[in-house]
Amino acid sequence: MLAQGPIMLSIDILVNALVTGILLGSVYAALALGLAITFGILHIPNIAHPTLVIAGAFFVYTLAQWGVDPILAALVGLVPFYLLGVALYLFYSRLFERRGGANVLQSLTLFFGLSLVIEILLALSFGSELKSVNVFYIGSSLRLGILTIPYRLLIPALLAPVMIGAVWLYLSRTNTGTAIRAVAHEERALSIAGLNPASIKRHAFGIATATAVVAGAALIMVGPIEPFSGRFQIGRVFAIVVLAGMGSIPGSLVIAIVIGISEALVSSYLNPSWSPGVAFAILLLGLALRPQGLFGAAR
Amino acid sequence: MTKNSILFLVGIAIVLVLGFLMPWVLKNPFYFFVGYVVLQYVTIATGWNILGGYAGYINFGAAGFFGAGVYLSAFLFTTLGLPLPLCILAAAIFGAVLGLLMGYLTLRIQGVYFAIATLGLVVVLETIVHNIPALGGASGMAVYGPRQPFWSPGPSQFNFTVMLIIAAAAVTLARFVEISWIGRGLRAVRASEDAAECSGVPTLRLKLLACALSGAVLAAAGAPYPFYTSYMEPVTAFSLIIGLNAIAMPLIGGTRSWVGPVLGALLLASVQQIATVTISSELNILFVGLVLIAFVAFAPGGLAELFGRKQRRARS
Amino acid sequence: MSETILSLKGVEKIFGSFRALGPVDLDVSAGERLGIIGPNGAGKTTLINCITGVYAPDKGSVHFQGRDISRIEAHKRARLGISRSFQIPRPFTGMTVLENLLVPLDYCHVDGSKAERAHAVLASVGLSGRTADASETLSQLELRKLELARALVGNPKVLIADEAMAGLSDEEIDEVLEILFALNRSGVAVIMIEHIMHAVMRFSQRIVCFETGRLIATGTSAEIADNPLVQKVYFGE
Repeated sequence: MLAQGPIMLSIDILVNALVTGILLGSVYAALALGLAITFGILHIPNIAHPTLVIAGAFFVYTLAQWGVDPILAALVGLVPFYLLGVALYLFYSRLFERRGGANVLQSLTLFFGLSLVIEILLALSFGSELKSVNVFYIGSSLRLGILTIPYRLLIPALLAPVMIGAVWLYLSRTNTGTAIRAVAHEERALSIAGLNPASIKRHAFGIATATAVVAGAALIMVGPIEPFSGRFQIGRVFAIVVLAGMGSIPGSLVIAIVIGISEALVSSYLNPSWSPGVAFAILLLGLALRPQGLFGAAR
Repeated sequence: MTKNSILFLVGIAIVLVLGFLMPWVLKNPFYFFVGYVVLQYVTIATGWNILGGYAGYINFGAAGFFGAGVYLSAFLFTTLGLPLPLCILAAAIFGAVLGLLMGYLTLRIQGVYFAIATLGLVVVLETIVHNIPALGGASGMAVYGPRQPFWSPGPSQFNFTVMLIIAAAAVTLARFVEISWIGRGLRAVRASEDAAECSGVPTLRLKLLACALSGAVLAAAGAPYPFYTSYMEPVTAFSLIIGLNAIAMPLIGGTRSWVGPVLGALLLASVQQIATVTISSELNILFVGLVLIAFVAFAPGGLAELFGRKQRRARS
Repeated sequence: MSETILSLKGVEKIFGSFRALGPVDLDVSAGERLGIIGPNGAGKTTLINCITGVYAPDKGSVHFQGRDISRIEAHKRARLGISRSFQIPRPFTGMTVLENLLVPLDYCHVDGSKAERAHAVLASVGLSGRTADASETLSQLELRKLELARALVGNPKVLIADEAMAGLSDEEIDEVLEILFALNRSGVAVIMIEHIMHAVMRFSQRIVCFETGRLIATGTSAEIADNPLVQKVYFGE
């Protein structure tokens, strides 16, 4: 349904939509970061990642109920989520990599099943109602002339680049980071260099899962969530990772912002109810228009 | 025609005749009400397996195809007054077109992208339905189905028979695909796409064909659903459990032949129907999810292969 | 020499800014035994992919029996009679040995009974005893044989054997060579890509050597062995 009245390209709606889009994009990039590592770098199609983000959000929600600050809660959650990621990778690799290479069909199915099980466990423990967190610093809005930015969007949008920057620096500047980026292609070379590819992948999967709790904190600050909210993120996070060029973290920030802006424009000028389909449409168009490029990148 | 094919067709004919006669013997309509759902899942699992099992391309969006069938059929019936068989046919054609479209957009690259694209399909179709008031939007709308004809004692029995015909057609189609050159080509694609292409198999065209056939069956499975429930709403038409069952049933039964999905659907759907009385739909999903993980992890060939192995061992 | 069956004219393949192949000119005669050698990364695999249709060349053209096939799909080239075996065997798992051969027979038009043809080819490579076995149960040598059988069952005019002997023992190499010689005697041109020098030297009537995407030498086995450019590639200065 079109928005009521004439569609006005009034400047303040446009500016607000653009800024909201950039901030949303920043949060989406945080959501996609873990997937950029597992799918983009390790080539493990972890479709459970958005659900792990939701699990992270519920972790933050639980601590926030006891009065813990959500950002602090996310930092507390890094270690348990890292360990959860390590456990998931061990489960995955015990099953498939030992069988002589993971079969895409089987690993996709496994993560699909895991994601459902996590969702249901969340629903059974927290119920299906929407849950949110409230802190003093995300209540009101920042007003700058015609611009109105709610703090509940601004704070997470500033939190996200910090985490993304930290992970990016880790991956590009440290030896372990370099090994992680090389592990999918140069497994043999790493073994020769005395590094254990399995333990590098396990570590990378742990980091990827740890990012989910920070992304979850960002997500639950932006708006309320329920156990099945992850399905609406799947299109977004995969669009970001795939179109950015698998594993490119700066690229994923750019694509995430493009998606955020597109959604904000669709919400402002068309109807918010259309926005869940936007990322998916972008993904499909991208896949259809640049299949060779993606194919090359995925190798 | 081979001896096996004749036996198969005779079997299908017997099942169909029983399906027409049973409603006059078994008086309680509840059995048919429950049987409908089991047959619906036989159809869904069979349709999913044409692409997922034979060609190895996983479709997470079965609920999208199913829901598309639900909405198209209800729309054609209520607004245009098309007869039921035409509604089902139209739903199947629509599902085939949807499958072709998804396939055309994503199949030229690796299978993993196809799978990811199908994950989003449900969200997109649900978004579209939410925004079309003529389809009832988010809250849904009541649908008054056709009256049962003279040869059926009641609406539940009639819906059951309609679903049985669709299921029988789906299984026959799947078996035809499986034993023909199409099936051999698809299995080659599943094993190695490059080697298949270099053996003369037109891999892209075969995959598109499989997408279309699979989509058609999945949408046809949804076509009678609005008349079965007399109500359609996005939540049930695009239900999570449909997408999950579509994958779990073939994987549990075995994906290599048409028997697997039928077996898996009969088993799992019956358990679910018996259990719905006692457990919540959430526990149902949890149960199916865990069973799915267990099979992927420990018995990727499904029940068909487990039985097969046991038989072979017994013989040798 | 008989007529040219396969002809590459100025073929180039570039990935991003990396020139993987070319420009290459190469003619293959009907019934020829051609060896292709060169170090890893020399462009041999890219060359095969341009001939079999995995890639379309960025420049130049590929002609088969006088027809430009540069832009046609891989499966159509296979049906025209360009066949290949893979370096790492890619059996159609989930099928028996016999069914593996029925795939090309279903899709490449071959006269006569499919089953007879399949059995005859399996006999010629020495897999008669395993027709009904699952392809997963084959040994490494048997997998190589299956790979070749599947490549030649559709009556190709050119067979590209991509490192069909890597990892095999000397006796096993002899067995594979014998299959390829017999195939060649029936008139099929065989292009052998191989790192095992004594095999490729023994087999080929003509050898071409590639390095960094270019064809650097052509000649008989003896000529290639003495060629200073080839020696430089393989042994350094």
